[in-house]
Amino acid sequence: MSKIAFLRLAVIVIAVGLLEAACRGGLIDHRVVIPPSEMAIALAHILATGEANHQIIRTFGIVIISVAIAVALGFVLGVIVHALPRVRQALDPLFATYYAVPIFIFYPVMIAIFGLSVVPIILIGVLNAIVAMIIATLNGLDRVPRVLTKVGRVHRMGRVSTALRLKLPAAAPHLFTGVKLAVSYGFIAVIASEFIMAPAGLGRVISDAYSDFNNPRMYGLMLLLVIVATVVNMVLHVFDQRWAERRGIART
Amino acid sequence: MQAESSKPQVHASLSNVTRVYPGVAGNPPVNALGPINLELRRGEFFAVVGPSGCGKSTLLEVLAGLQPASSGTVMFEGAPVAGEVPEGIGVVFQEDASFPWLTVADNTAFGLRRAGMAESEIRRRVDDVLSFMGLKDFARAYPAQLSGGMRQRVCIARTLVLQPRLILLDEPFGALDAQTRLLMGDEVLRLWRRTGATVLLITHALDEAAMLSDRIGAMSARPGRFLEIVETGWPRDRDSTIVGDPRFGEITGRLWDNLRNESLKALGHAQMAAE
Amino acid sequence: MTLTKRTLDTLIIVAALLVMWQTLHMAVGATALPAPGSTLAYLAKFVPSARFLQNALATLESFFYALIVSYALGLSIGVWMGAHRLSGAVGEPILISLYTLPKITLYPVVLLIFGLSMSGRVTFGAMHGVLPVALMTMNAIRNIPPVYLKSARTMHLSKRQTVLTVLLPATLPEVASGLRIGFTLTLLGVLLAEMFAAKQGLGFLIINAMHLLQAEEMVTVTVVLFVFAALANSVLLWMEHRLHRRV
Repeated sequence: MSKIAFLRLAVIVIAVGLLEAACRGGLIDHRVVIPPSEMAIALAHILATGEANHQIIRTFGIVIISVAIAVALGFVLGVIVHALPRVRQALDPLFATYYAVPIFIFYPVMIAIFGLSVVPIILIGVLNAIVAMIIATLNGLDRVPRVLTKVGRVHRMGRVSTALRLKLPAAAPHLFTGVKLAVSYGFIAVIASEFIMAPAGLGRVISDAYSDFNNPRMYGLMLLLVIVATVVNMVLHVFDQRWAERRGIART
Repeated sequence: MQAESSKPQVHASLSNVTRVYPGVAGNPPVNALGPINLELRRGEFFAVVGPSGCGKSTLLEVLAGLQPASSGTVMFEGAPVAGEVPEGIGVVFQEDASFPWLTVADNTAFGLRRAGMAESEIRRRVDDVLSFMGLKDFARAYPAQLSGGMRQRVCIARTLVLQPRLILLDEPFGALDAQTRLLMGDEVLRLWRRTGATVLLITHALDEAAMLSDRIGAMSARPGRFLEIVETGWPRDRDSTIVGDPRFGEITGRLWDNLRNESLKALGHAQMAAE
Repeated sequence: MTLTKRTLDTLIIVAALLVMWQTLHMAVGATALPAPGSTLAYLAKFVPSARFLQNALATLESFFYALIVSYALGLSIGVWMGAHRLSGAVGEPILISLYTLPKITLYPVVLLIFGLSMSGRVTFGAMHGVLPVALMTMNAIRNIPPVYLKSARTMHLSKRQTVLTVLLPATLPEVASGLRIGFTLTLLGVLLAEMFAAKQGLGFLIINAMHLLQAEEMVTVTVVLFVFAALANSVLLWMEHRLHRRV
């Protein structure tokens, strides 16, 4: 393990350790924050009994569906818009300012229109994620070196063949950035919806646990969300780094 | 009937070819090239030199079928060139066109895989070309791990493996440092001899053209026309040591005589544009 | 010429959005989604009212404090991690992980610590805004071309001069970008806090209106927030472009 990775791990371990000590030592009230060890035990208990399995599957299922729709639809729309320069010019201000507005404020409106079901949650997840994918697709297609199209013609490749075998792989790193962002934004929107108002799901269960003063349950599930979000992010990051290295693209 | 056998075969030709770029956004159309008359003899090494912007690359792309001629005819192996790049022509571009997502071996095999050749045959040909180009040890590396010169070699390998009969090189060594360029010049001669292909090289370096070619076409400033076509008369088995031959200086001198004024003109154009 | 073209394009988009809104309204009915026209009428009545102004002020107050904390903390962390290589290398992945984490997950903790007070909303807003400011400031400092520093030394600039006349202008565009994103995210944080657990604020008004089946009020407040965020961002973006052009 490199020195930096070791230091990072040390920082995290020390921080958690301090929190544990502060909780056990009475510096932090038990009714506010429970020691990390107890959080872990509570989570283990929840997973062992399987009492939250249905909610866990539901929430992560919704995230996966929303992200899948956002990535697929976003990519297709990106390709279409890229092929129509006038349309792209017209939509440019929209793309530039889309993430200026917290899209999430439209969630209550969605509930009013579609009712309190899984539909507004998926919708807001898709709406939050899709434009990142569109922008990334546009960027990726922009950055395809023009010489590649000429190479396609020298090899006498048709338009579809050139698009699939040359342009797509060339744009892939940017597309992957779009996927990363879509996953992130989709996840955030879905969890937020479940907290604010939802019939079921992890967010709902956590907010219910909060209302019921059930700290172990609440913290256990919060820990689960934090772990899953961190792991998913790390995995995507590792893939991204590896592909970027192979392509000689510098990544911080 | 004349004794046709002694007359060199015409492999490709441009007859009265011009290329005009249509005006865009209210600007007048640009006469980029021509009229150009050129007959490439089968198996010869022909270089085109000229000042910046004179249309050298345009000439290459029109010949390859990447751009249409605005007038005149382009022929390759007796058939007109129109719309698509004819089978049998290979092109190496100035920019790095290696595919960063494929290994060196897969890059080289790209055209063959598309042609549906048997995998064993593909591997044999790729190995052969990679050895020839000195890339054997890097077969499984990715272009990002290689230097600029090696990446260009990958592009050449990818072209060579398809066994083209006419090889077009558009300033392929433009992005490389001077020493690498000289070495690459020797490599190009090697592959020219081995493949027996006709080679057209676009370059702005007079010494490179004089050293490598059988004939050199000196182009005027835009719109480019041939001012003179110089015959070098070099033997086929030449290499870069030819620069020691006294005639090398003469040839380079002749080229510069033709081009000095043209280069000034091209520079003048640029200065006027800046004002 | 390009300016008017851009404005025209923006107007076309706005018009298209209004048309979609009207169509959706006609499809689902006024109880679910009021028409643009009636929303505008309600807006004209409601916005000047005391109730709206009180809540808007509450949101603005929380937002203002949260923004100060985001900017101050974010800039400090960013400068430190940008200048101090080791801290930057160690801390960056941690910050990025926190950035992509749905922070609403942690909101109950904030509530337990601060209760329903404004401090809680300010903290939650700051939690959202700190990260982009820190990350982008850090990057801005890291990306200063070393040749700038070498030039400063050959010109015998003092440390203070170097920072003020070279480093600051060099990092300004990227830092400004981070501040703009921090603005949006801080606002999001404050609104989320109000939507989840608050007795006042514009976020609260939206959720409250939804619970009471008052679609008009809900949509009106949403639209007001939308317009505010869009306008504020345009101003910040314009300022950012001015900075970029100078560099």
